[in-house]
Amino acid sequence: MKKIFYVLWAVAFILGSVGVAQRLMYGHELAAYGNRVVWGLWVAMYIYFIGLSAGAFLLSSLVYVFKIELFEKVGKLALITALVTLICALLSIWLDLGHMWRAYEVITRPNLPHSMMAWMIWLYSAYLLLLVFETLLAFRIESGKYVGEQLASYQKKLQLLASIGIPLAIAFHGGVGALFGVIASNPMWHSALTPIFFLVGAVASGSALFTMIFAFFWENKESEYYKSMLQVLAKIVLVAVLFDLLLEWAELSIALWMGTPEHTSGFREMLFGNYWFVFWLFHLLLGVAVPVFILLTKKDPIKIGIASLLVVFTFIGVRLNIVIPGLVAEKVHGQAMAYIHPRLAYHYFPSLMEWLVGLFIVAFGIGLFYLGNKYFKLTKEHNTLNA
Amino acid sequence: MEEKTNARRDFLSKLGMGVVAGAVLSPLVSSASKLLLNNEEGVEIKNFEGKLEDLLGGDFENIKLKMQDDLRRALKKPMKERRWGMAIDLRKCIGCNACTVACISENALPPGIVYRPVIKEEIGTYPNVTKRNLPKPCMQCDEPPCVDVCPVSATWKREDGIVVIDYKACIGCRYCMTACPYEHRMFDYGEKYSEGLPRLAEYDNRPSFEYGKIWERPDKHSSPVGNVRKCTFCAHRLDQGLLPQCVTTCIGGANYFGDLNDPDAVITKIVNKLNVFRLKEEMGTQPKVFYLT
Repeated sequence: MKKIFYVLWAVAFILGSVGVAQRLMYGHELAAYGNRVVWGLWVAMYIYFIGLSAGAFLLSSLVYVFKIELFEKVGKLALITALVTLICALLSIWLDLGHMWRAYEVITRPNLPHSMMAWMIWLYSAYLLLLVFETLLAFRIESGKYVGEQLASYQKKLQLLASIGIPLAIAFHGGVGALFGVIASNPMWHSALTPIFFLVGAVASGSALFTMIFAFFWENKESEYYKSMLQVLAKIVLVAVLFDLLLEWAELSIALWMGTPEHTSGFREMLFGNYWFVFWLFHLLLGVAVPVFILLTKKDPIKIGIASLLVVFTFIGVRLNIVIPGLVAEKVHGQAMAYIHPRLAYHYFPSLMEWLVGLFIVAFGIGLFYLGNKYFKLTKEHNTLNA
Repeated sequence: MEEKTNARRDFLSKLGMGVVAGAVLSPLVSSASKLLLNNEEGVEIKNFEGKLEDLLGGDFENIKLKMQDDLRRALKKPMKERRWGMAIDLRKCIGCNACTVACISENALPPGIVYRPVIKEEIGTYPNVTKRNLPKPCMQCDEPPCVDVCPVSATWKREDGIVVIDYKACIGCRYCMTACPYEHRMFDYGEKYSEGLPRLAEYDNRPSFEYGKIWERPDKHSSPVGNVRKCTFCAHRLDQGLLPQCVTTCIGGANYFGDLNDPDAVITKIVNKLNVFRLKEEMGTQPKVFYLT
């Protein structure tokens, strides 16, 4: 089993590297997005991973801020999950830039306070720093080298950082949603609900990722801790997924009920367009109905793991359904036929290079997590904090 | 006012020389328009005193010269006192796409980038059908939604109202493209027309002169490749006293261009009419491209 995993990972990493090499050599030429659907798979992956990070981080706050005893043993696991997924997110969006080597400009010449993107970048940069320091502190405390006053001082600092982290995580991921929400010319994105939707999605997908990791990789699967912890995690995932569904209903029903064609075209594309199955089968059936059924009826740890896995893997569909359908509708009637060129088409399906780069980012993230886990033994049962 | 008096004095002093040029070019001058000639910088036609209808009904070449004159007059003012605008007469546009092609040629645009598509719409059902051709350059909005969203302030509205991009600063995030209500902005993917052929065609190596600089595209990574690009009303031509290429090229005389702050300019006379509309006016972006119907 382990061997198959290694082989699969190596194949994914090598193939993915080919995609990255193509991206670096030919720029965006081999990408399938164009001048109408201007964002594609990588932007969807960015908001997907950054959501996973925010969700996992908020879970870690249960230990470091609220000192919930049950979560003590998995605090660092949540932090490392948040860090790895954040790195994956930044990698996705970095490769998406037209001029990757000018990325530093977002720090040196930000368009603040006007640009929501500038806000988001500053907020997640702060979040990245905080996450690194918080993780270092958590490991320092755990190392056992420090006792007495020094330990207490580190613990205080950790709690402070984690407390700042909560509003920061909410602000930066809300900012990602607001980045879409403020675009008034895009009726599908331009909703006050968009940032909230992003946040709830982050909790749903992030907690599901964490639950999946815990269910499958926790070493002592026979312990009472493992079983009781999973029951709690299952409830968190269940509530978050259902709340996300409620928001989805709110968004869709309000837009579609009496909506004018301009306001509904994006949603119609999502529900009944070329990629209708992403919403109905991928998201609603496999990402909501099946996991909710499992989480409601089954107590078996592996089944909870499978339900969480379904939520995590299908959530990329939710993210794709935010980015793509919002861009496939003409903003000026007749534009689609005004000048015919593949880059000016209102249609998008990722190119092979895009898939390969996506594969690389996933493989890179898994590799990073694997190394982290091997080195820090995150999934081993031992007390992490003297809460 | 003083500028006007000077212009008149200038005119009188050079009338002698003007007579010669006037005699040569007299067939161009509409008799219905009291057009005056000045040969200081080639031929200029000044002080149109007839009715607007005469102006619009006249020989388009004359109107082009008049607009050229408007343009040069505007250039004498400080930049912040100019406000460039364009009007397109939909009754005159025949949908030939000459402007589209001229724009691509002028700006050396790669495949997949078009600054001035012409939207062709069929209106009505047979047999009561009509066709509308709607050229769509950048609207050069007075309230441009694309500017504020840029995370690195690489795009802004110039003092004369033209929205520009700093190719050396743009990071290529394409956020501005999502914000434009007219979907005008385009990303340069670094493609070439003759790519894949045994030899790259010469026109693929032509540089672009946007923003008054020389932009070669030697590889897939040098600006403007990887940048967002847009129509600038041919700002590089304007700054040299030339009309935008689409205006110069239009064979039907459907394009008008000039300084909206100049009450005597052709453009101002045209846009202050009832039969004028702007795209997506309800968004409050205040486009400076006007359509005549």
